[in-house]
Amino acid sequence: MDFGFSEEQRQLTDTLQRFLRRDYGFEQRRAILASPAGWSRAAWSALAELGVLAINVPEAHGGLGYGPVETMLVMNAIGAGLVVEPYLASAVIATTLLAELADESIKDELLPQLASGEAIAALAHFEPESRFDAGRIAATASAGGDGYLLSGHKAVVEGAAASDFLLVSARTRDHIALFLLGRDTPGLSLRDYPTVDGRRAAEVRLANVYAPATVRLGQDAMPAIARALDVGLAALCAEAVGAMSALQDATVDYLKTRQQFGQPLARFQALQHRAAEMLLHLEQARSISYLATLRCTAEDERERRRALAAAKVVIGRACRFIGQNAVQLHGGMGMSDELAVSHWFKRLTAIELDMGDTDTHLQRFIAITGEG
Amino acid sequence: MDLGFSAAENAHREAVRAFVRDELPSHIRHKVMNGLHLTRDDHLAWQRSLFRRGWGGPSWPKEFGGPGWTPTELYIFEEECAAGGAPRLISFGQRMIAPVLMAFGSKAQQERHLPRIMAAEAWWCQGFSEPGAGSDLASLKTRAENRGDHYLVNGQKTWTTLGQHADWIFCLVRTDPDVKPQRGISMLLIDMKSPGVIVRPIITLDGAHEVNEVWFEDVEVPVGNRVGEENRGWTYAKFLLGHERNNIAGIGIAKRELARVKRVAAAELKNGRPLSADPLFAARLAEVEIDLMALAITNLRVLSADPEQGGGAEASILKIKGSEIQQTLSELLLQAAGPYARPFIGDALEGDLPPVGPAHSAALAAGYLNLRKLSIFGGANEIQKNIIAQKILGL
Repeated sequence: MDFGFSEEQRQLTDTLQRFLRRDYGFEQRRAILASPAGWSRAAWSALAELGVLAINVPEAHGGLGYGPVETMLVMNAIGAGLVVEPYLASAVIATTLLAELADESIKDELLPQLASGEAIAALAHFEPESRFDAGRIAATASAGGDGYLLSGHKAVVEGAAASDFLLVSARTRDHIALFLLGRDTPGLSLRDYPTVDGRRAAEVRLANVYAPATVRLGQDAMPAIARALDVGLAALCAEAVGAMSALQDATVDYLKTRQQFGQPLARFQALQHRAAEMLLHLEQARSISYLATLRCTAEDERERRRALAAAKVVIGRACRFIGQNAVQLHGGMGMSDELAVSHWFKRLTAIELDMGDTDTHLQRFIAITGEG
Repeated sequence: MDLGFSAAENAHREAVRAFVRDELPSHIRHKVMNGLHLTRDDHLAWQRSLFRRGWGGPSWPKEFGGPGWTPTELYIFEEECAAGGAPRLISFGQRMIAPVLMAFGSKAQQERHLPRIMAAEAWWCQGFSEPGAGSDLASLKTRAENRGDHYLVNGQKTWTTLGQHADWIFCLVRTDPDVKPQRGISMLLIDMKSPGVIVRPIITLDGAHEVNEVWFEDVEVPVGNRVGEENRGWTYAKFLLGHERNNIAGIGIAKRELARVKRVAAAELKNGRPLSADPLFAARLAEVEIDLMALAITNLRVLSADPEQGGGAEASILKIKGSEIQQTLSELLLQAAGPYARPFIGDALEGDLPPVGPAHSAALAAGYLNLRKLSIFGGANEIQKNIIAQKILGL
């Protein structure tokens, strides 16, 4: 039993937090959101320089070869700093998936580029009809000549427009297969748009996209996709914890400074209790995020998925409670776009709905627990 | 970061589990597993078993005869005892007055009382709350006049848990009425057999005799029975309450009760199918199970943050969540029993009479009613929120 972090882990987060405070402040982020692309290449390069893009890249391919704990610490900082660049999509999910599924030549070429920030990648998997069921895939890959023709529609793919490569899943006759496609592949089109939290996602359409057999990664890709999504879900939970922790601090600060009826809001017991209840949610969320982090790569699938489902339930409820109450305790200022509060709230709202909402994971937990 | 237990901790768990399995009499286990009432002898028999094994003061350091366990080892012990259906330790002696005596008591008090607590020879109860002093403990009025070699005590304590079984009571009394309330309080150890001590039962909403009023009418208490210095009682009480919160999350008990809800829900039918398959019931149960998973980790985080003290303001988080989870489980149990949640037969609670309906339903209503206390005693949950707001958040 050890809830501490190593010196190396501490340094990683310290430097990242310092960068975010200095170069990724609220106004700098606002400028990024207002830019046409909605994300910053310069910020991405800075993340690369700090080494955080390399943490899920194996050492053999120029990375740091770290794991879920380091990912959690980075995601805590990303949540607190409201980073909009597609870190989870590229540096966690796509990187994990490539490292597991791609053959050596692709790994040799692509993983160093992902670590250095030269390339960005995203998994385009879920579809309009899949909701949160990773196995419900309708896109097709029909064999033809020395490759495949892909057709289908991938929904709300975060970071797609920023990506140089997309990992696109589609059904062959026997499997769900995964293809590595350049974003400019003919027949692949994007509709890029902002999401509720100020990030960017896209609808990805595939109209008879030709993919040579060499870009098909593995055979049955579904187990690897599921594992990468599990790693991603633990990371998303950690991002939520970082955002909630920062939002809690901001709210407590506001209660201490804002004066009404001749005294600070902090003196009112109704508000004190609300803030205390927020803390209960936060600490429970932090605890279950630890569990998700330490179980997200467990060999025992039941144990892994049960912990992750539980985590997303606790986190989802906490996102809603802390987000809504932070806005409430800020009063009119909570409604303003000028304060970070509303931006954390919107990010938490998006996280609650991402990678399986609370009800989905509650049902998943019940199903898994019932099996045991 | 690592959430696993060490090999030594796992071996310790096995040892405790085996001990509970082999040494706990089956009739006591049956009562605990089904929420039936335990007798004084049930409690004492279990405490004597622990004492014989060298675990008579599980939370105590070695110098006072305890096993000197780490907070994690103690947590494992408590979890396994709860899972195996062992009675809770009588905490008033074990976890309240004993640590106070170790820290502030005289040598004579330590030598007289601590071995008897461990050996199940003395049952202690707590004399803090009064009719006018609940969460606002410092407003207590029981007077103790210093008469040289003894104090003359007059007043009334209330909500004295299991005071009817007690040999001794530790009391907060007012020794100086003319100063700030917290400054004029002392702590006395009072023999319950002293002339003028009167115990009257309070029957609670579940029909049980668990708590009492304790009256003091010109009770003479030797000054040697005062803990520490006169008028420093508030300090000792705060120290004591910190230790009281040590095991406040009740993780082991909640895990046992969760398993009980699952057993009952699997046995009860709704629309001809097990209640456990009902989506609404399953969702409510899963939510509390998930909350408990998180709280178990929160508990370990609090334990490992400060193993020396283990009872800071973070304990308030454990108190609130722990009590909410246990109360929710008791609600689900009640709900699970359906119509047979309503028959309420006192003798069935003592195990003396067969219940109406399934055996598991006998104590559910009483348990539900009784556990409302969890969010009230030991500092009501609203007080805990005040503590969190002030001590953790700095509001």
